Amino acid sequence: MTKNITADDIVKEENLVYKKTPVLTDNVMHYCPGCGHGTAHRLIAEVIEEMNIQPETIGITPVGCSVLMYNYLDIDMQGAAHGRAPALATAVKRLMPEKFVFTYQGDGDLAAIGTAETIHACNRGENFTIFFINNGIYGMTGGQMAPTTLPEMRSSTSPYGRDVKMMGNPLKITELVARLPGTYYVTRQAVHTPVNVRKAKKAIRQAFESQKLKKGLSLVEIVSNCNSGWKMSPVQANKWMVENMFPFYPLGDIKLEGRLLNKE
Amino acid sequence: MKELKLMKGNEAIAEAAIRAGADAYFGYPITPQSEILEYLMLERPYERTGMIVLQAESEVAAINMVYGGAGCGRKVITSSSSPGISLKQEGLSYMAGAELPCLVVNVVRGGPGLGTIQPSQSDYFQAVKGGGHGDYRLIVLAPQSVQEMADFVGLGFDLAFKYRNPAMILTDGALGQMMEKVWLDEQKPRLKDFPSWATTGKSADRERNIITSLDLDPLKQEKHNFNIQAKYKKMKEDEVRFEMIECDDAEYIFVAYGTSARICQKSVQLARERGIKAGLLRPITLFPFPEKPLKELGRQVKGMLAVEMSTGQMVEDVMLAVNGRVGVEHFGRMGGVIPSPDEIVVALENMIKKISKS
Repeated sequence: MTKNITADDIVKEENLVYKKTPVLTDNVMHYCPGCGHGTAHRLIAEVIEEMNIQPETIGITPVGCSVLMYNYLDIDMQGAAHGRAPALATAVKRLMPEKFVFTYQGDGDLAAIGTAETIHACNRGENFTIFFINNGIYGMTGGQMAPTTLPEMRSSTSPYGRDVKMMGNPLKITELVARLPGTYYVTRQAVHTPVNVRKAKKAIRQAFESQKLKKGLSLVEIVSNCNSGWKMSPVQANKWMVENMFPFYPLGDIKLEGRLLNKE
Repeated sequence: MKELKLMKGNEAIAEAAIRAGADAYFGYPITPQSEILEYLMLERPYERTGMIVLQAESEVAAINMVYGGAGCGRKVITSSSSPGISLKQEGLSYMAGAELPCLVVNVVRGGPGLGTIQPSQSDYFQAVKGGGHGDYRLIVLAPQSVQEMADFVGLGFDLAFKYRNPAMILTDGALGQMMEKVWLDEQKPRLKDFPSWATTGKSADRERNIITSLDLDPLKQEKHNFNIQAKYKKMKEDEVRFEMIECDDAEYIFVAYGTSARICQKSVQLARERGIKAGLLRPITLFPFPEKPLKELGRQVKGMLAVEMSTGQMVEDVMLAVNGRVGVEHFGRMGGVIPSPDEIVVALENMIKKISKS
């Protein structure tokens, strides 16, 4: 007679090749299947665990899809008003300079309503980290045009495609802040393949590590998909992202140790 | 030991903030309150006490820095004047929602819009009725002298932390700019132990702390609203502050706060010289408002004149307090014009004529 195999028979110390970091809570994430937020959250949590800085880390959440990030990371967090996370982080880091402080912001939050806070925090060289998730759209409010929406790209407020003559060009804010003397480490990553996940995690680690140097702000942009907002399946969305987003938002390091890598 | 100095009201607030053990100031220049930021930058409190001073890129950024610092359980202060305070309203609403303490100074100038840089009291509604979106209140203190400008800094911080709610010093350009002698408190140490709710880093012995004003569940959000309303009720019971001058035998009283109250003290004297039994009730807390003493005076006096440097804002709260028991009128100058004690007495005499006719 064969015994019914249960999870306990499989999950054993010797079989364990991967485990969820305890810095992630057990709460079920509300993100759409295929969305990059969950992976980005996990990578940040894993880096916090690996650096053993859970009691030293304070995160600032944005307004947007990741507004509820504090439900998923087991660290102290503050929820900011739309676009103001870098202002909160400025105060938190200045009052507790020994702590690791980060903001987690989408493209509408960081590059539209929060442009002033983003640029001035970068320009002052605040010693915290910005994680910038760029999916070229306002996800939470239902797929409206963002400052990062590509030319001709359709959204609910650019239903015939983004007409740059009428609506302006997409803003490459990451390249813009990289040129400011206050930024120390600026990179653009993605989390849609295992290779990219590993690279993104390395970048997240480097951003946190650079806070120890107190030489300026570190910013990690993660180009991500929004399959719901883009009206695509997760697989289609990743393909579309590679073919359309990456040529406009090329992946890789932009500024290392305070030096721009490619002076255009 | 206390120290006696001759200072501008704005400078007194800045020095009092250092001495109250404030951890940070975040602000943006605007007339007539820029001396607060200037004084702090000149005084280098980061060397005296470790207090941080930062000139933000806007009032919006400044109030959100205040949010961040308050979320860490720190004593944080900001200041501005009317147009800048309007920009801070969103942040104040979030702080009231997230139950964060802070001290905000509004050195009011005439409006609406860019208005004037001269003193006014036209931000009363904004200060005491909430100001931003949602059901909330600020604790509002109204100084009438440079001494009170300094004294209310410590008081404002104490009340803000007691109730986990933003407190505001509502003053005006006259008090901000004028110089008077002021006794300054001795230096208080900055906080070393922070409130249990503060985001100071999640240690192994406690759950994570989350500072937010968001709750998508309507029943939970309603419960949260009941909780913060209960705090306002408690403030109304325990924190009302006011001053009564010559009210014992008064037949008519002025109701005025801040600069107007200071002027009305002279008007009381002038009126009594003319044979009018006048008195003054000066609200010191504008929220919570001294409803009870006004209600009681409503049984005693024949009329009340609310004197404000506005088109009449506090007068509505006076009317609500007396609830029709006695006639309440308003006299005010606006747009940066300060009324003289004489014209206030003339306004009182006109009111008395009207009352005796009816």
